[in-house]
Amino acid sequence: MDFCACLEIIRNVERTAESQAECAAVLWGKSLSLKKACAIAGVAESRLGVVPDSTVLTLQAEAFAAALADAGLEKSDVDGVLVSGAWGRLPQLQICEYLGIQPKYADSTSVGGASFEFHLGHAAAAIQARLCKVAVILYGSTQRSKQDKYIFQIRNDLGYQYEAPYGLPTPVGAYALAASRHFAEYGTTSEQLADLAVSTRAWAGLNPKAYRRDPLTRDEVLDSGMIASPLHRLDCCLFTDGGGAVVVVSPDVAKTLDKPPVWLLGQGESLSHAQISEMPDLTVTPASESGKRAFEMAGVSHDQIDVTEIYDSFTITVLLTLESLGFCKPGEGGAFLANGRTGPGGEFPLNTNGGGLSYCHPGQYGIFLIIEAVRQLRGECDARQVADAVLALISGTGGVLSSNSTCILGLE
Amino acid sequence: MAEETQAIDPDGDPYWRGAAEGELRYRKCGACDASIFYPRSICPKCGATDPDWAVSKGEGSVYACSTVHRAPPAFADNAPYTVLLVDLDEGFRMMGGLVGTEAIAVGDRVTVTFQDGPNGRPAPYFTPA
Repeated sequence: MDFCACLEIIRNVERTAESQAECAAVLWGKSLSLKKACAIAGVAESRLGVVPDSTVLTLQAEAFAAALADAGLEKSDVDGVLVSGAWGRLPQLQICEYLGIQPKYADSTSVGGASFEFHLGHAAAAIQARLCKVAVILYGSTQRSKQDKYIFQIRNDLGYQYEAPYGLPTPVGAYALAASRHFAEYGTTSEQLADLAVSTRAWAGLNPKAYRRDPLTRDEVLDSGMIASPLHRLDCCLFTDGGGAVVVVSPDVAKTLDKPPVWLLGQGESLSHAQISEMPDLTVTPASESGKRAFEMAGVSHDQIDVTEIYDSFTITVLLTLESLGFCKPGEGGAFLANGRTGPGGEFPLNTNGGGLSYCHPGQYGIFLIIEAVRQLRGECDARQVADAVLALISGTGGVLSSNSTCILGLE
Repeated sequence: MAEETQAIDPDGDPYWRGAAEGELRYRKCGACDASIFYPRSICPKCGATDPDWAVSKGEGSVYACSTVHRAPPAFADNAPYTVLLVDLDEGFRMMGGLVGTEAIAVGDRVTVTFQDGPNGRPAPYFTPA
């Protein structure tokens, strides 16, 4: 019995006790699947990189208009808005006001760079519950032009007071601690992490929108200067401006549009901790939980995934996420990434836009994972196109390996 | 770092007073026996409220470590310096600073010591055992 059949039973005044019991088991016994509850109909970036003649609002407006045009929808169609941002007083209110939208459904889940993968799941649930039909996910940042370094501030309140005396730079120091643990436990090396940066840069070389496109070598990564051991400067993501928008629609709206819908097939999310000293195991991220849920919902296996977009705040983030998702065993992530396996022409196409390491990283990068996965599935990626891609996995990580949402997307 | 002022709140005050007296204090759940760090008013394992205070022997092993070369502005004069995550023998984990520049590795044994932190308030640091 599916959800709609249950609704029929509930509406039927002559329902029997048996049918009610069966219905209750379906409705409350387990969570409803979000598989194909929504489709992504439009995606767009704003200008990226260094955009001094902009604000967080103009960049989001740019991406919003372009994503709606990509979907073939109008502003008046939008009845849901999901945002995360580390700007202003109340970002959700400010951006809705600026765009002139009074949404019926609003969500400002803000759990760092992964927020947008959470939003995708939440938009699907809202659409499935008939709370809205056309939801837009938005992000924008001018951190580079405004030199807004809030993210690097050491806090000394609440739980942070127990870490503040030690001067761990945020967030890189936390990721460096995780890398140190993985190195010690499994013998992972800086060379293996460097190889990911090299492969990701090679993808960026194929993306005209990428911020850094020159070829990179392993030695250049290793010689780029230590930030917090064992992470070097080129193990770290960029610091750029940029905005993005994703238009999520109900299945009935999707059918009316010109471009092929990209379906959400599975989504899972998980929160682990806020501070690195509270992370239970520094080699296992919350992707282990969210990934399990996403794969189960989608009903697909790892080897069916054609293209993978994983949050690369740092090289180590990708290694830990791949292991936690089960693409390789614990400890095998280093070998998995080494020697160009994830680059153009490699066995495992990963971060095909050039990633946060080389394409752009305006503070909370997760929305760009969705944008690239959708373009790959639509076959819009020109030189960096992964041939015949029909299934994509995206995995967003936020905070200091604190939050993760994993989504599996597919064509019809 | 203007925000680096004395944090006085009901969760942290006994901990910092302990540090000033040379004691590493943590909390212990009376209901499920969990060792709790950082100190808080509820057990994050079982949900029991108002756990007891306890004093650690201050001995443990390095769970993770990173030497910071590019330091936040307030710490720049001290760089490079090493930050540790330490698993204390009582069964809790905390962050600490390594005293000195001696090489340290994951798994090494360390002992707590107290010295003034950047705000002039005594805080726990660690030395190789």
